[in-house]
Amino acid sequence: MSEHGSLAHHFEDLEQQRQSADLGMWLFLITEIMFFGGVFAAYAVCRWMNPAGFSAGTQHLDVTLGTINTAVLIGSSLTMVWAVQAGHEGDAKGISRNLMLTILLGGVFLVIKGFEYRHKFHDGLVPGPLFHFEGEHVAGIELFMCFYFIMTGLHAFHMIIGIGLLMWLIVLARRGRFTKEYSNPVEGVGLYWHFVDIVWIFLFPMLYLLEH
Amino acid sequence: MGATTVPLIERTREHYLNVRYGIKSWLLTVDHKRIAILYLISITFFFFIGGAAAVVIRLDLATPQGDLVESETYNKLFTIHGIIMIFFFLVPSIPAVLGNFLVPIMIGAKDLAFPKLNLLSWYLYVIGGSFTLWAMIAGGVDTGWTFYAPYSTTYANSHVILTALGIFVTGFSSILTGLNFMVTVHKMRAPGMTWFKLPLFVWSQYATSIIMVLGTPVLAITILLIGIERLLGVGIFDPALGGDPVLFQHLFWFYSHPAVYIMILPAMGVISELISAFARRAVFGYRFIAFSSLAIAILGFLVWGHHMFVSSQSPYAGMVFSLLSFLIAVPSAIKVFNWTATLYKASISYQTPILYAFGFIGLFTIGGLTGLFLATLAVDVHVHDTYFVVAHFHYIMVGGAIMGFLGGLHYWWPKMFGKLYPELWARISAAIIFIGFNLTFFPQFLLGYMGMPRRYHIYDPEFQVLHVLSSAGASILGIGYLIPMVYFIWSLRYGKDAGPNPWQAKGLEWTIPSPPTTFNFEEPVVVVEDPYAYPTDDEPTWPQPEEAHV
Amino acid sequence: MSDNIPFFPDQASAAASKVDALYAFLVAVTIVFSVLIFALIFYFAVRYRRSRMGERAKTVKSSLKLEIAWSVVPLVLSLTMFAWGADLYFEMRKLPREALDISVIGKQWMWNLTHIEEGNKELNALHVPLGRKVRLTMISEDVIHSFYIPAFRVKADVLPGRYTQLWFEPSKAGEYHLFCAEYCGTKHSEMIGKVVVMTPVDYERWLSGGGTNEPLDVAGERLFEQLGCASCHGAEGNQRGPRLAGLFEKKVQLADGRVVVADENYLRQSILQPKAAVVAGFEPLMPTYEGQVSEEQIVQLISYLKSLGEKEAN
Repeated sequence: MSEHGSLAHHFEDLEQQRQSADLGMWLFLITEIMFFGGVFAAYAVCRWMNPAGFSAGTQHLDVTLGTINTAVLIGSSLTMVWAVQAGHEGDAKGISRNLMLTILLGGVFLVIKGFEYRHKFHDGLVPGPLFHFEGEHVAGIELFMCFYFIMTGLHAFHMIIGIGLLMWLIVLARRGRFTKEYSNPVEGVGLYWHFVDIVWIFLFPMLYLLEH
Repeated sequence: MGATTVPLIERTREHYLNVRYGIKSWLLTVDHKRIAILYLISITFFFFIGGAAAVVIRLDLATPQGDLVESETYNKLFTIHGIIMIFFFLVPSIPAVLGNFLVPIMIGAKDLAFPKLNLLSWYLYVIGGSFTLWAMIAGGVDTGWTFYAPYSTTYANSHVILTALGIFVTGFSSILTGLNFMVTVHKMRAPGMTWFKLPLFVWSQYATSIIMVLGTPVLAITILLIGIERLLGVGIFDPALGGDPVLFQHLFWFYSHPAVYIMILPAMGVISELISAFARRAVFGYRFIAFSSLAIAILGFLVWGHHMFVSSQSPYAGMVFSLLSFLIAVPSAIKVFNWTATLYKASISYQTPILYAFGFIGLFTIGGLTGLFLATLAVDVHVHDTYFVVAHFHYIMVGGAIMGFLGGLHYWWPKMFGKLYPELWARISAAIIFIGFNLTFFPQFLLGYMGMPRRYHIYDPEFQVLHVLSSAGASILGIGYLIPMVYFIWSLRYGKDAGPNPWQAKGLEWTIPSPPTTFNFEEPVVVVEDPYAYPTDDEPTWPQPEEAHV
Repeated sequence: MSDNIPFFPDQASAAASKVDALYAFLVAVTIVFSVLIFALIFYFAVRYRRSRMGERAKTVKSSLKLEIAWSVVPLVLSLTMFAWGADLYFEMRKLPREALDISVIGKQWMWNLTHIEEGNKELNALHVPLGRKVRLTMISEDVIHSFYIPAFRVKADVLPGRYTQLWFEPSKAGEYHLFCAEYCGTKHSEMIGKVVVMTPVDYERWLSGGGTNEPLDVAGERLFEQLGCASCHGAEGNQRGPRLAGLFEKKVQLADGRVVVADENYLRQSILQPKAAVVAGFEPLMPTYEGQVSEEQIVQLISYLKSLGEKEAN
């Protein structure tokens, strides 16, 4: 039986611990799919009921910034993969370096998102009491913007959590907690990070590109 | 097996309860057994709050004019009764107390896969509960536990957002518990503990966990949307602003129908254990019961539309949902028949737990069969949103889930605390609960078919006789629930020592001392026996020409 | 028959006895299975008690045949219930072509009912003649309500923003409960009323006793003129809008390619959100009338539009 310092008391060996962590993360991601699935379903129904308003709403989003952000996030997935790879090799420095790059890209994404949000505030496109919009399909556009903020807001919230987790990993890596045999947390957070990216890959066309 | 012989009375033996003392040792514990006790205390607290609301409701309904409280208060009472009983008592009751305590022990593990996450679940439950209690104290909420839009989003004048926040947070407690159980059952089984050696209680917990993991997130997002809509005045569920109130009902019932199975499946698992232990034989049709749990969990996700037969849903959609709802009757029937068959040529002793099991089977049978009335399209049109529905789901949730919980608590109490409760009192209270329950809820079937709508504060005098019967039953039921509370607490101090296996039952939990030590097993567990391997006398009497592979 | 059974509702519509027959079947199945299970448990519990059997149970082998039997029997019974229930449900949902039309507007916490043809208005009460089919077209001004007459075994939710329909054929004179069955706020339990079923003669007398009433289509026609609808939609108008005579329940080709049926919900949407469904060949010029017409007035306009079709057909 392994006497590894990272083995929790209730597991028999590291392999059991790693498999449990893996399965746990996958199940967690399934719950996330159901969570986002609910809002996607609501979006689909509302879009079906207000096709014109939603098409018009799409016009108010900045496709250029959205595309840049998509690229930034895909880049961050790449650096995350490198970090996981470094984890498998037990390369603590590699883990830290790549995680920092991932945090940097995640940060860039959030800053760009922040600019987009500010722009919407400026234009009065934030649903609720601040919403003021002149023109056709007011209700549909407000509903669209409502989904825009809920969906991208939830996504951004997940990014912020992810960045927090990445920072925690860097601390662990610096303390030398990761070895060739044990880098589960890096792998688990990696899965989470990829999932958050994939959510964006769905959100981007649904919100920015779909016009009909 | 890891069986250890323990001297019956050895006061200095170290176990999970006395290993450390002090409030901190409880609030920071990661021991699944201690967390189970934390849950037991918290759900009991909520049960009595929800019960108090029910008492006032039933008192008020004794007269048609509702003389006790105002309509506004009445509406808040049934709302808080529903919310607390469902989200803060029934959903966590068996999984978070009995499941937490027993799943690791039954599979031969030292703990759940993620002990810290388990503690986090309890804290989320407590935080969510606090928000809901806060909302209640601040003035309550009057939307009904179903939060139908646009009433909840636009018209209600009560603490919807705070309550919704409480349910949202508690939902994550449920999600994480389900996730923890699933990983534990998959990865933490002792050597030799194959899937078909798992006790049926574990199977039912596993099936329940599937629903928690898949369903609860949808509730979370739905509740979040309600909160956002109310906060910002946007119109996802408001037709005046381009949304759809029926969309809310779809999302809500997508979780809330499966949630019924979150409440009943674990109780079914408990019943399998009780029947087997007190009939001293293996459960009849083990695999059928195990798979029927999974079937119920999966089919449960496909029937939410049967709550909406009169909500303008297309008749064709109604037809599909009706058909699927009828299919769920089959796995439920399989369970009932197999439990009954388990009693055949058994050696039955009438101790308290099996009395609850008998009660469960009877009441669940009635609850399940009356469910068929609601799945039947043409009849549901008439009884939808009447007392018929109220009676039906109380037969399932109170007659089923609470009977299962109490039966399980009586069965495993000696294991959890090492003490025996007074058997006579326990039998008396089981009888009182059974009688009180039927008197409370059977008249409501009649009320429902007569056309008495639910959630009515003031009602027509022609319904009064049945309401008075129901209220009388409720007071008996209330007393029935208080008695166990008293003798359980009494037993902690004065009860006889239980010893490791007071029922001479099978199962890993009865091979270890009561109460168990922190890591459950002193020696590594290797499982060779089938579950419920009670020795039986051979006497091939069942008409059985060929061997079935079951 | 139902009069002699205690705690049983009146049977006062054509559908009621059919629903009750199905209900009786379900009750019978419930009793048979409940008694079976209770009796078996009781018998086994006494017969196989430990004091009689000793410490050990007897060996009983599992039986695939039994398992199949008690899966198939409930399945067959369930499917019977399903088929019977679905068949009756479709019958109850299928709207009659010829019926007495009533408009229902629900709001917290009252029912406003209007006899469309004669224009009689009622509050929390509905008078209908015996033996004639009655069709309700219902909408809510605020939250979801549900229109429920237990004696007729009918119920349908009343939604904001969309019409739902319900029909029944009263078969027994008398006074019956009308309930709101969907929780709608503080005075939900006071959103009640009565349905009075009268002989046709009494009904005619009741109708004419209500003073002079304006039929809804007449009121709708006046409103149509007042709002200036005719300038685009009228026969003498500039034809910027589609002609409306004979439109009701016809298929309409929309500019975005969809084909819809011009039912009540379509007409309502076209008044409130004209740009949501523009008819092919027309420009989206029509302004919205959201906030300018009440639900009651929309019902009047729709009645007028329907009457245009009937006039043309004649």
